[in-house]
Amino acid sequence: MKKSGKKLILDTKGVDRVLSRLTHEILEKNKGAEEIVLVGICSGGVPLSRVIQGKIQSIEGVEVPAGYVDITLYRDDLSRAGYQPRLKRTEIPFSIDDKKVVLVDDVLFTGRTIRAAMDALIDFGRPKNIQLAVLIDRGHRELPIRADYVGRNVPTARAETVEVLVGEETEEWKVVLRESAPGKGK
Amino acid sequence: MEGGATGERPRERKVTPMEWRRKHVLGLADFSAEEIEFVIDTARSMEDVLTRDIKKVPALRGKTVVNLFFEASTRTRTSFEIAGKRLSADVVNFSSAVSSVAKGETLLDTAKNINAMMPSIIVMRHPASGAAQFLSRHVSCSIINAGDGSNEHPTQGLLDLYAVIKAKGKVKGLKISIIGDILHSRVVRSNLHSLGRMGADLWLCGPGTLVPREMGRSGATVTNDIREAVRDADVVMMLRIQLERQKTAYFPSLREYARNYGLNSEVFSLAKKDAVIMHPGPINRGVELSDTLADSSQSIILNQVESGVAIRMALLYLLAGGHNAAR
Repeated sequence: MKKSGKKLILDTKGVDRVLSRLTHEILEKNKGAEEIVLVGICSGGVPLSRVIQGKIQSIEGVEVPAGYVDITLYRDDLSRAGYQPRLKRTEIPFSIDDKKVVLVDDVLFTGRTIRAAMDALIDFGRPKNIQLAVLIDRGHRELPIRADYVGRNVPTARAETVEVLVGEETEEWKVVLRESAPGKGK
Repeated sequence: MEGGATGERPRERKVTPMEWRRKHVLGLADFSAEEIEFVIDTARSMEDVLTRDIKKVPALRGKTVVNLFFEASTRTRTSFEIAGKRLSADVVNFSSAVSSVAKGETLLDTAKNINAMMPSIIVMRHPASGAAQFLSRHVSCSIINAGDGSNEHPTQGLLDLYAVIKAKGKVKGLKISIIGDILHSRVVRSNLHSLGRMGADLWLCGPGTLVPREMGRSGATVTNDIREAVRDADVVMMLRIQLERQKTAYFPSLREYARNYGLNSEVFSLAKKDAVIMHPGPINRGVELSDTLADSSQSIILNQVESGVAIRMALLYLLAGGHNAAR
């Protein structure tokens, strides 16, 4: 950790390479893209799932369905937070019954988000299985959850935060480790 | 608070500078446009839930919502009940006819007793204006006003706004005419705030005896001529003649009222081609609204009811935040 308290873990090219590998791993394990659907977790997982969708398209030549899920209403800390968090949208415009659902998120931390996302998915149908792909695994799990596809393992202290920043227009990515969040931890 | 929190989601603050700070929803008079938009936005996400096969999410698990109704209601009470259940809250219904109120218990005593059973939210309808406001000063839980006398009906005001937005894509600049018993209507008072604050061109119309002159100060245009009100309107909202609130005769007969202030196909043809008809219910068919129009494709009356569940889910969700009691 540098003096500034900020360390670059991945830049745009790095993220792209990692996602290429993840995509190949997903296709290898599932023996192709058949029956695969992608579900990004709002907000961080959504742009990542779009990139993976594009990569599957260029490798296998098929467009797998991609949706996104907002887990706010499934959180286990709703009554602990001072204010109710703003809701985002959930959009899964296809059936997930008997599909292999790949959940995509940016950072895997306590595992509570993933638990909530799985509960949400099961309200939408009965998938054949649920797999998890994350860009960064930073440890500190509080639930027995692990990812099937991990971009990068980043050992962290609890107080540190990992930020995945996506440029609005340009395809610019940045993954940064901070000593402590300005305001809120992660 | 981050320790046990769902740690991967820190970005919410950046997206939303707005934080919901209300403990009660008593009326829309002091709602800012920003707050109204926030509720509508939340309702949109709630509507996602309503389109699924499993129309239930665990957000309010372990919370209790008490419906405390001192006046007849089917729509509003059922709507709140369904909204609460869709969010996994326990919903308890209380109606005054079969309660200790019939034995002479006061409103305050009833409410204090219910409050002692520690609900998160009391949803109250009462015939006296200001009843919800009064109660909010004496209980520790949140209060949602589901209609107090002729004062306000905030959830109706919000759901009407939401229904207009869904039908028209916007509110700003639309000519929206509200016709009927303006004097006794709490729906009008809430709609003046919700639709008015979002920039609608509001018209109020009814017989002179049922349109108080001070309504002109609300920013709405007041008229006694239904044709003038309906002409080129985007939305025509008919109100029910509230016979139960009328102690004196405000008009000679229902038949005369229907002739002068009822909406029929001939009058409605003056409105814009794509105009829609609204009504907060229950409808007196053949009095303020003709059968044909009530069931026509331009009627969005049932869409209003549908929007109501989403709006009420949004408010229950926003009010049931953790530190309610402390703030």
